[in-house]
Amino acid sequence: MRINDAVVGVFLIALAIAILVHIQAYPLIPGQKYGPAIFPGLIAVGFIATGSLLVIRGVKAGFPLFQLSPWLRAPGLVTNFLLVCAALAFYIVAAGALGFIPTGVLILVALFLKFGVGARRALVTAVVATLVIHLLFYKLLRVPLPWGVLERFAW
Amino acid sequence: METVAAAFGLVFEPYTLFVILLAAIFGLFVGAVPGLTATMATALLVPVTFFMPPVPAIAALVTATAMAIFSGDIPGALMRIPGTPASAAYTDESYMMTKNGEAETVLGADLVFSVIGGIFGTIVLVFAAPTLAEIALKFSSFEYFWLVLLGLTCAVIITIGDTLKGIVSLLAGLLISAIGLDNPAGFPRFTFGSIELLGSVGLIPMMIGMFAVSEILRYAVSVGDGAEVFRKQIGNVFRGMWGLCVKYPWSILRGSVLGTAIGALPGAGADIAAWMSYAVSKRMSKTPEKFGTGHVEGIVEAGAANNSALAGAWIPALVFGIPGDSITAIVIGVLYIKGMNPGPTLFINSPANVYAVFLVFFLANLLLVPLGWAAIKAARRILEVPRNLLMPIILLFCIVGSFAINNTVFAVIVILVFGVAAYFMEENGYPVAPAILGVILGSMLEENFVTSMIKSDGRFLGFFERPIAAGLGIITILVWLLPLAQWLLARRRAARA
Repeated sequence: MRINDAVVGVFLIALAIAILVHIQAYPLIPGQKYGPAIFPGLIAVGFIATGSLLVIRGVKAGFPLFQLSPWLRAPGLVTNFLLVCAALAFYIVAAGALGFIPTGVLILVALFLKFGVGARRALVTAVVATLVIHLLFYKLLRVPLPWGVLERFAW
Repeated sequence: METVAAAFGLVFEPYTLFVILLAAIFGLFVGAVPGLTATMATALLVPVTFFMPPVPAIAALVTATAMAIFSGDIPGALMRIPGTPASAAYTDESYMMTKNGEAETVLGADLVFSVIGGIFGTIVLVFAAPTLAEIALKFSSFEYFWLVLLGLTCAVIITIGDTLKGIVSLLAGLLISAIGLDNPAGFPRFTFGSIELLGSVGLIPMMIGMFAVSEILRYAVSVGDGAEVFRKQIGNVFRGMWGLCVKYPWSILRGSVLGTAIGALPGAGADIAAWMSYAVSKRMSKTPEKFGTGHVEGIVEAGAANNSALAGAWIPALVFGIPGDSITAIVIGVLYIKGMNPGPTLFINSPANVYAVFLVFFLANLLLVPLGWAAIKAARRILEVPRNLLMPIILLFCIVGSFAINNTVFAVIVILVFGVAAYFMEENGYPVAPAILGVILGSMLEENFVTSMIKSDGRFLGFFERPIAAGLGIITILVWLLPLAQWLLARRRAARA
């Protein structure tokens, strides 16, 4: 999706104002002029300057505020994009309770099938790949990946 | 001499050599698969190197990137798809040569001149870094402030495309660097009550998101590319290479020098080095009309340039902690984790480790000859690995890798947010490199600014009172004025016409 420069510019200016309001609450360090507010304050000023230039440029260019990229008109590709994001979101929410191995297998199977891998191959590869990654990180590198529902079988 | 011997001991140890070999194979594979970049190889390796001693960890990163930048040329020549962005500059030219029946020559040139460029860059690194470090020992907060500012300025100006968007990207990076407790006042900023955000966003998960997850998203929305792999047995790739060396000595030298220099400039790395070298080669050539028809000259020059840029980027990274490209941006994170904090004192406190890094650079470039040859031989098999199987596995790897850094799911949130953000940034022409540099250098910029302001009692002139600081300051301001001067000049010309 291509966004008109003016929209980005307005967003940056709004962000800058939010920063400027937020840093009013930052404390001053006694005896010093430069506290924690100065650096974010300067960044905010930078956003206002660049944001204004973007607004001017965007208004001059004048094309629609949003322009859909070709892939956004292909439903299959949009769901591809969303599924990758959903896979990560699913891991964030479910991995703790479900455990790494079931979550990993589910994510891989879903993505494989969506990307056009055959069902049997998808299932076998998903299980093998998840177990190999688990072995590498849990056993060799000692990363405490969650066991979840498989707690009883932990090794 | 003792330190050199110690460095040899650190590198030529079975464990380190084994790590180098594995990293080499990994790098060759990642580089050769289109859609997987050298930076992504680095980001994916970090969680694994996390558990190694410093020297093998750094060796793995150096070797994998050197291999990946070369092997990115292979699909360029055989499929007309660059394996990494660093090969994009001469992909069309390489493919034309393959179509003209010169596959051996182009792949041989890719390999041989990658090695020569890589070794050239390494030699410059070995001589320049310690010398610069000695000068840098005398630097105070004023010099560092200007140096960081100059680095950030370069990152914005050199990026291909829009300077304004580069500045926005840089500011966004600086804003992210402001999150958390890590500021001169030790005051929690923009944490909104989150405990995780106290320690800021976490550089490595952020990089995994921006360089690996965003690539997976790009794959997910690309219509299945039916690019055909060029099917032909590749013969002896080394035939005729000596002839090319004799024919194009200046191209090789120019490419290597320019590549090292671009690499050393913050924010620009192997890909920009290749584009610029290819353009220079065409302009300086006696036969510029042959460019684009399957002519090897530009490939010789740009192939040397992108590999020499890798070593060049390490110069500011080791000496000042200012990354020369996105790969060294990740490396700096690893150096801190390994207790090898970059800076001039690194050369005094752990010289053996520094020399070991130099040695690894030589070793990796020399290993590139046999392993690169093997990769060319195995090219067809690597290029036929189904990407619909590969990409989901890499995603799972990203999840585990980012989780492994701090053992929190927060890192997975970070890779999701930054993966999507980087994807949309690139789609709208906002370069990612300045943002990364902003995140890495933000706290350094603020700290040196505040310290300097306190030292000079708030007088801005204090920033120009020491000779080196004044010099750096003037250069920085001149670089700022450059685009303005160009703009004014263009307007004047337009008014006259």
